[in-house]
Order: sequence, then C-alpha cells, then structure tokens
Amino acid sequence: MLEIKDVFKTFNKGTVNEKVALNGVDLKLNDGDFCTIIGGNGAGKSTMLNAIAGVWPVDRGVIFLGDKDVTGLPEHKRALYLGRVFQDPMMGTVADMEIIENLAIAARRGKKRSLRWGVTKAEREKYREMLAQFDLGLENRMTSKVGLLSGGQRQAITLLMATIKKPQLLLLDEHTAALDPKTAAKVLELSDKIIAENKLTALMVTHNMHDAIAHGNRLIMMNNGKIIFDIQGEEKKKLKTSDLLEKFSVASGGQELDNDRMLLSK
Amino acid sequence: MDGFLDYFGSLDPSLFVAALPGNIAQGILWGIMALGVYITFRILNFADLTVDGSFATGGAVTAVMLMNGSPIWIAMLVAFLAGITAGLVTGLLHTFLGIPDILSGILSQIALYPINLHIMNKFSNLPIKVDNYGMVFTSNSEKMNICGLIMSMRDVYTAIIVAAVIAVIIMAIMYWYFGTEQGSAIRATGANPKMASAQGINISIDKIVALALSNGLVAFSGSLLAQYQGFADVNMGRGSIVIGLAAVIIGQVIGEAIFRKNFNFILRLLFVVVGGIIYYLVMGIVLWLKMPPEDLKLFTAIIVAVFLAIPYLRGKSKNSFKRVVKMNRKSAKLEVEKNA
Ligand SMILES: Nc1ncnc2c1ncn2[C@@H]1O[C@H](COP(=O)(O)OP(=O)(O)O)[C@@H](O)[C@H]1O
Ligand SMILES: [Mg+2]
Repeated sequence: MLEIKDVFKTFNKGTVNEKVALNGVDLKLNDGDFCTIIGGNGAGKSTMLNAIAGVWPVDRGVIFLGDKDVTGLPEHKRALYLGRVFQDPMMGTVADMEIIENLAIAARRGKKRSLRWGVTKAEREKYREMLAQFDLGLENRMTSKVGLLSGGQRQAITLLMATIKKPQLLLLDEHTAALDPKTAAKVLELSDKIIAENKLTALMVTHNMHDAIAHGNRLIMMNNGKIIFDIQGEEKKKLKTSDLLEKFSVASGGQELDNDRMLLSK
Repeated sequence: MDGFLDYFGSLDPSLFVAALPGNIAQGILWGIMALGVYITFRILNFADLTVDGSFATGGAVTAVMLMNGSPIWIAMLVAFLAGITAGLVTGLLHTFLGIPDILSGILSQIALYPINLHIMNKFSNLPIKVDNYGMVFTSNSEKMNICGLIMSMRDVYTAIIVAAVIAVIIMAIMYWYFGTEQGSAIRATGANPKMASAQGINISIDKIVALALSNGLVAFSGSLLAQYQGFADVNMGRGSIVIGLAAVIIGQVIGEAIFRKNFNFILRLLFVVVGGIIYYLVMGIVLWLKMPPEDLKLFTAIIVAVFLAIPYLRGKSKNSFKRVVKMNRKSAKLEVEKNA
C-alpha cells in the first residue's frame, strides 16, 4: 500500500541550522496495516508523515502509494490518496465554517471543485448519520461553526473528514496529544473503530508507549531520522513497554531514551 | 468667540441636505468597490493594494472605449476583464514568484500607474460627457440611449437606484459563488491554507482566482464611478484601498453590533455596502463642517484606524493586566470593609 525507499530530507541545508531529519528511511506497509510510530522528540516522525503527504519534496528516494509513484506530486494532488489528522486541533478544520461545510470540503477531496452547491441536501442526511455514530451530539449542531467546538470535538470532525472519502492511507500525527486524557482516549477509540470498520491502512504517531502497543498490528520506532525497530503480528502483541525502552537503548547505541514525555506517559 | 459664532452661522443645513443624495450614490459605488476588497481582505486574508491601480484602470478603460465608440456594456465588460488581469498578475507575483502579499500588491499598483496613463493615451484625465453619450436609464427621458452611460451625477436619483440594483446583483452573485464547491474552497484557502492543501485544494490557484475576481469587481466599480462623476482620472484610485477597508470595517462593526450571532454571510455583504454609504455620509458631514477637502484622506485614515482598533481594544479591556490589578484592589477593599 505504502512503500518508502531510501528517503532523505535535510532542512536548512548549508546553514548552521542544518538538520538531517530523514536519514534513509525504508518502510513498506501492507494493505490494512495499522502501524504505530514512536520515537523521541525530533526523531523525524512528523517529517516522515509530511514527506508522505508531500508538504515539500524530499531530497532523495521514492514514495509509492499503491502502484502509484507519488514522489513528484505536490501536496494537493497527493491529498486524493490520503487522509490526515494533525496534532493541533485547529489545523485540520476551518474554524469559521460550519461543521457540515468542513465535511463537504473533505468529501470532495481529489475531485474538481465545480460551481455546484458546496453542500447538497443528500449529503446533509449522510453526514448526520455519520456524526450520530460519534455519540458527541454533533449531529444536532451541523450548522454550528467549528470554532465553537472543543479540541476533542474538532479532532473527531477532522478524523471524519480524513476518512469521509476512503483514503488509501490514513496519517495520524499525535492527533490526541493536545487533548485531555479522557478526550484523548475517546478520540483514539474512535480512530480504532473507523480504521477497523473501513479496513484502512494507517500510520499513527504517538508519544504514549501503551497506546503504541495497544493499537494496530505493527509498531515502528524512529531515532535520528531512521527506523530503528519494526515489529508486527504476534510478536507485537507480546510487547511490553520495558521491551521498547530496552530496544531503544540497544538500537540507538546505548543512548538512554531521554524523552520526558515518553517516560511520563508510560 | 465671534469667529466661532460666525462659523456656525455660516453652516447652512440645506447645503448638507442637498449633498445627501450625491453622498449616498457615491457611498453605494464605493460599497461595490469594497465588496471587491472584502473578497481579498476578509475571505482570502490577503491585504491587496493592487486596487488603487485597478480602480483607476476600470475608469480609464471605460473612458477610452467610450471615446472610440464602444457601447457602454462592452466598455464595462472590458474594464472588468482588465481588473481581472491586474489581479492575476498580483496573484502570480505572490504564488509563483513567492513575493509577500503586501509587496506583490504594491508592485502591481505601481506598475498600473503608467499602464493606466498608456490606456488613456498619456492624458491624466479624460472626460466622459453624458451629453455625448446619453443615458440608458434616466428619469428625464430626453436622452435615453441603450448604448449610453448607465449612470451620471446629472441624474442622481436614477444613479442611486441603478447603483443599488447593481450592488444587489453583485451581492447575490457573491453569495452564490462562495456557496459553491469552488467558492467554499477559496474560503477554506483564506481561513486555513494548511487544511485546504490537506483536502486537495490547490491554494495557489485559488488565491489567484480570488485576487482576479476581487480586482475585476474593483475595476468594474471604477468604471461606474467614472461614469457617475463624468471623467476618468489616473489618480482616481489613489487611497481607494483605505476607503474600501473603511467600508468593510465600518459595516462589520455596525452589523455585528446589530445582529450579533445572526450576522450571516449575506448580511455581511450587505453591510459592506452600508459601510460605504455611512462612510460617505460622514464625509458629507465633515465637508459640510468646512474641513478642507485635501484633509479628507487624513480623516479617512483616522476612521479606519479607529474602527480597526475597536474589536482589539474591546477584547483587551476584558482581558488586561491593569484590569486584574484593579479588580484585586477592589475585592481587597471590600474584604477590609466587611471585616471592619
Ligand atoms: N519545516 C522544518 N524546517 C526546519 N526544520 C524542521 C522542519 N520540520 C522539522 N524540522 C526538524 O527536523 C527534526 C525532526 O522533526 P520532526 O519530524 O518534527 O520530529 P518528531 O519526531 O518529534 O515529529 C527536528 O530537529 C526538527 O526541528
Ligand atoms: Mg512531531
């Protein structure tokens, strides 16, 4: 489904701020893989997701989505294949537009935007049903401005937007990190449900090792712009946080996993 | 003291009333211009200074085409297209060449000055004499001409009606367009480009389209004003961005005060034009009070600054460092009084 081969990305090349963010990344996801990603701050997790989304061109390497080589496609053209939810709940929605308008924009992802109405009557009903399943009371507030919603509600809307048109790959970048623990758990549960029901292929960055272990069928760990650990299936099910800490220490050459956030969220 | 009384004695209320219809007509025409500014400033979140040039372009094109015997409808269409082209250039400078928004607008504006002069054949001012062309709509039916001007200050009341009808049509078109898939995408681009890109919207193209439409509308209103005032002038757009912003902001502040949560999109558009009318009424008062006309733009700048500051200051008064200190002092005092 996704294949990344030998991808490199350096920011601010030739300046004192030069930063090798991706240092030869290889990853192949199978159809229906739900892969969680962990790693310390600045490991390159977001950069990898941005490289897949085409936020900027990579320096080297190829990216395939399905049979399609998307390495040369800009962000708005790759959007056809992708659904994305960001860490910042403000990022994925337009605050000044109605819930239903946001959904309608997402439903037309990858289609030519015509001079037909932005939201049709038929859609309204469809979205109402979808929102009702979230059990957040949003189905009665479809014409409310998204800006009036809480962070968790906004992430739920963004999640629905990302999947309303079935993407080949769903990219979740710490999409629950800005939420309080209860809301985070709810949004995560929702993500699980949507991924399972639609049989989506997904990449989910998280800083919570428990979540990384508990969700999905595969787990990768990144460090210094590289994937240093990749585990799946039965093996992953048996994984414990202590194993992850040890793996990190070994794979990164004796470094301690010095990420407070990660330790705290055990 | 004498001078003071003389001054007030010299103010003739009938002069103010006499100027009223003209101010309303101009207010609507500038309100139409401000609808163009609304597209960039409010919807696209782009402070576009091209308009000072494209407004004059609209007038220049109209004057020259009329002189060459073109029917007014064609002249106005070409004025609109010329404005579209100007917006297109600004959009390309910004998106494809990466020039910051304000600067790309300024570059277009500067470039348009000589271009407008070329359009007007090196004349800085060209007359559009209603006597030569006649009028399409007129209350004194002598000179009705289907190819004549669509308005003139010669017949102010008809001009008000025609301008109002045009404003309503433009508002209806904008209401429709920004409700379509394409228009929604432009709104998303302006409000959250990151989200727009993630939803497959080509934000560069959408910015260019919005800038083009905005400047097309601005040039169109320049064409109307040139007809109304009976001439096109290469300087007629100077400072128009400030007047457009004044209309947008005055309308917004007043509309929000009246409608609060119900201030929806169509009302917002309507109040842009209302803002234009209020602006010209205030200008009428200021002129009536015998403020020198050359100081008007100074006054405009002050109005815009005040209205831009209102929402900010209002927010700040509810959320300021001084306020919390004051509140604490007050509650401390109450505490002392209670204990006493
Ligand atoms: N757009 C950018 N410009 C410059 N540096 C960046 C940019 N994006 C990420 N980086 C840098 O690349 C490194 C990896 O960042 P990121 O992928 O965001 O880490 P994380 O694994 O925490 O998501 C960091 O050092 C970060 O500062
Ligand atoms: Mg990150």
